[in-house]
Amino acid sequence: MPDYTTIIGLEVHVQLATHSKLFCGCSTRFGAEPNTQTCPVCLGLPGALPVMNAEAVRLAVMTGLALDCEIPAYTKWDRKQYFYPDLPKGYQISQYDLPLTQKGRLEIRDDKERFASKEVRITRAHLEEDAGKSSHDEAAGKGDSLIDLNRTGTPLLEIVSEPDLRNSLEARAYLDELKLLLTYLGVSDCNMQEGSLRVDANVNLHIETPAGKVATPIVEIKNLNSFRAVERALDYEAQRQFREWEETGKKLGEAPKTTRGWDDVAGKTKAQRSKEESADYRYFPDPDLAPVRTSPEQLAKARAELPPRPAELREQLTREHKLSPYDAGVLVNLGRPVLDYFFAVVAKCGDAKAACNWITQDIQRTLKYRDREFAELNLPAERLGELIALVAKGELPTARSREVFEAMIDSGDDAHSVMQQLGIGAVDESELIALCQELLAANPRVVDDVKNGKQQAIGALIGQAKKKNPNADPARIRELCLELIAKM
Amino acid sequence: MALVDLSATEQRAKLNAREVTAVELAQAYLARIAAKDGEIGAFLRVTGEAALAQAAEVDRKRAAGEPLGLLAGLPVAVKDVLCQQGELTTCASRMLEHFRSPYDSTVVAKLKAADAVLIGRTNMDEFAMGGSTENSAFQPTRNPHDLTRSPGGSSGGAAACVAAKMAPLSIGTDTGGSIRQPAGLCGCVGLKPTYGRVSRYGLVAFASSLDQVGPLASTVEDTALLMEAIAGHDPRDSTSLPVESPKFSQTVNQPLKDLRIGIVPEHFAAGLDPEMEAAVRGAIEVYKSLGAKIVEVDLPHGKYGVAAYYVIAPCEASSNLSRYDGIHYGHRASEPAVEAELAAERAEALARGDKAAAEAVESTLVRLYRRSRTEGFGAEVKRRIMIGAYALSAGYYDAYYLKALKVRRLIRQDFDRAFSQVDLILSPVTAAPAFKLGKLVDDPLQMYLVDLYTVTANLAGIPAISLPCGMSKSGLPLGFQLLAPPLEEERLLRGARMCEEKRKS
Repeated sequence: MPDYTTIIGLEVHVQLATHSKLFCGCSTRFGAEPNTQTCPVCLGLPGALPVMNAEAVRLAVMTGLALDCEIPAYTKWDRKQYFYPDLPKGYQISQYDLPLTQKGRLEIRDDKERFASKEVRITRAHLEEDAGKSSHDEAAGKGDSLIDLNRTGTPLLEIVSEPDLRNSLEARAYLDELKLLLTYLGVSDCNMQEGSLRVDANVNLHIETPAGKVATPIVEIKNLNSFRAVERALDYEAQRQFREWEETGKKLGEAPKTTRGWDDVAGKTKAQRSKEESADYRYFPDPDLAPVRTSPEQLAKARAELPPRPAELREQLTREHKLSPYDAGVLVNLGRPVLDYFFAVVAKCGDAKAACNWITQDIQRTLKYRDREFAELNLPAERLGELIALVAKGELPTARSREVFEAMIDSGDDAHSVMQQLGIGAVDESELIALCQELLAANPRVVDDVKNGKQQAIGALIGQAKKKNPNADPARIRELCLELIAKM
Repeated sequence: MALVDLSATEQRAKLNAREVTAVELAQAYLARIAAKDGEIGAFLRVTGEAALAQAAEVDRKRAAGEPLGLLAGLPVAVKDVLCQQGELTTCASRMLEHFRSPYDSTVVAKLKAADAVLIGRTNMDEFAMGGSTENSAFQPTRNPHDLTRSPGGSSGGAAACVAAKMAPLSIGTDTGGSIRQPAGLCGCVGLKPTYGRVSRYGLVAFASSLDQVGPLASTVEDTALLMEAIAGHDPRDSTSLPVESPKFSQTVNQPLKDLRIGIVPEHFAAGLDPEMEAAVRGAIEVYKSLGAKIVEVDLPHGKYGVAAYYVIAPCEASSNLSRYDGIHYGHRASEPAVEAELAAERAEALARGDKAAAEAVESTLVRLYRRSRTEGFGAEVKRRIMIGAYALSAGYYDAYYLKALKVRRLIRQDFDRAFSQVDLILSPVTAAPAFKLGKLVDDPLQMYLVDLYTVTANLAGIPAISLPCGMSKSGLPLGFQLLAPPLEEERLLRGARMCEEKRKS
């Protein structure tokens, strides 16, 4: 069987997190009663005119900068014309030949190193207005179709990658990193269920044959409702295209670009009507809107205001805080609020590794157990920092630190008062020695067993020690007992 | 002298002096409309009751000493292309025959705020496409000076109602000459403002980069008054110019000093009706007698104006009119009829044994679009949609649309150059007086050439005013136009007023 390489490019549509629509003042809130968030402008009524939402442009420029895109000084709005019931004006205001941002890149990596880190080129990211939502009564065949125009005019940023991805893992990593970036920038909530992030994939194969490399016709996959669906659809489509090539031998250029829809239940892509593909959108500049000019000053200001990107934060964590790349990745993936929390904890305790462990493990575990969001965590960063510092100073035995941690969350008290309530304090070394001597005297058999090489016999004493003094550190008890027996 | 024979400025003085009430004035005009509009057909709808109620409210405000707007109590007719809340806004099209606007256009809102009395909605060419008002889906409008002739268009109703004294003030729109040409043919004054001077919000778009709303009236003074009420920046129109608008009515009577008027020799070449030429030259003489210097200027690209216009305007129209698809509002073809038609086509194909043809029959949705638009639009609108869609198609865009935009830039540059030498340019507004109804309606190309003298102002975005300069032997009005640099409406109005004043004396 010949070798082949899968060539993948992704088009990601993200709804920008503006309060109002791209060209009118209507709310963009999701989930309202159908057709309640509309006005003459987004309904496309006769005579209504668009007015650009500068906030949407600001968010788009910010995203462009974060993707290392060029931001041209002059861009414009174009009308993309087609008829569809969820497009009330008969055209979509979009950007055709002069996108707001272009020629950028995004680095992708894999914690498990299943592929080498690489840079994915971004072709362009342009702004456009979303269409409405149609729901069809398809079962009946000719039932009523319903149109909800609440979504019409919501700002969408279409981010198009070059065909630089080579398999579903890379595609997934690209989507994860892009989503993380958009989330850190705060430009979108990236909620796929609510349609704030949508993905289309373009895929074909480069097949090695004795006669040289052969490319298969490009297929666009739509209806990808989750990142998992993207992975599955790409894997399926690569295999399907290979089979099709074996059967038909059709190469790129010998068949038109087709569109296939992903059926998540069937686990298959299915051909969609290709009629729309040949549509001529008759793009032309929208005469109702002025061109958008971005001055060097505006650009400098946007650059200065650009928050650190996930990649920069991971680098900072490994370089300044000496975290492992894996830990840095896990921490950054938890999101900006958690990361800020981490920085605050470190500022208090000075121990990044411990802070990272507490945050990525204990806090995540307890949130999951308590079924709470991070935002609901009843533990200010200073208090966790204090807890970590107390452990480091030996004032709080490691063995009881989790107990204190949980009690702090339960009560909302700080570490000191919780320790007081639980009667936890540092135990004097002489006190511990006396305790061990007492235990050894009372348990001659344990002493004999240890002398005969059965060190695990100490375990029985540790339980008793904890009963007599809950603050006793089991590891230290063990060490002291072994030392004392050796001297016997 | 009857009330309706007075100018709006004179009526305003009488209203302010409480010599006449707004209700009396409205009643006088409603009576005039009742007497005259049957033969003229300027109005699509007369909103008599609402007008009387508005007039009564103005009278009440005046009696109570409340502040009053600029046009308090003056009747204004509005072209049926500007949205007015709760009123039908048909654009003289079957497509919008039953469309009631849920919002006010900015111009209508400004008229209301100025306490104008909105007396009715005037006839027009469908979607403002045409130069004779014969493209109205509902009725022809006749020229008050000769009922066998056209009032011009597309604001034919707007001009005819002023000429027939059925309204003292009237709002029109001008995309390629649709205010100035009918004003010229009906013997009244019409101003096309600078692009962006008057808000287009709520003006049903024909060609967005060319459309402007403007005033029509029987005198330059009245035109200035109405212009003052409707001009100004509007944040809801992104193409509206963010500049302060002057108080035109306060300066219109100040003559311009050291006036330099440009004329273009080509404008007086073959094709210009001799009587018209004589009248326009007469207007030039008037300015000379007022001390103006006449300077020949060159507008070398003007001859490409009509060609560029009939690419750009249809391109934008084809896009602007896409929204009339029968889905959300406007005319929708009968769905059962569409279904039956499709079923019959499928059955017919199957009967022929042509399975492929049966499957290729278009979807109900596509046929519904096709039928609704076929039924809803008239021939001229369809023609322009087709021209525009063709010119914007892949492979033709550069040759037509982009080329036309280049011509447009050159025309603007011509004017910039000319206005560095002169203050105003004077030209004919039409080549001949009003033409017979039916004469041009079946000859689209001849009809398009009617716009010869007017389209360049729209392409360049500059203001222009059309005003009377005499009557033909057969009693038809003759007019001319003045053009000014962008935002120089004040200069335009003052210059026009000089001629009007001199001719009166």
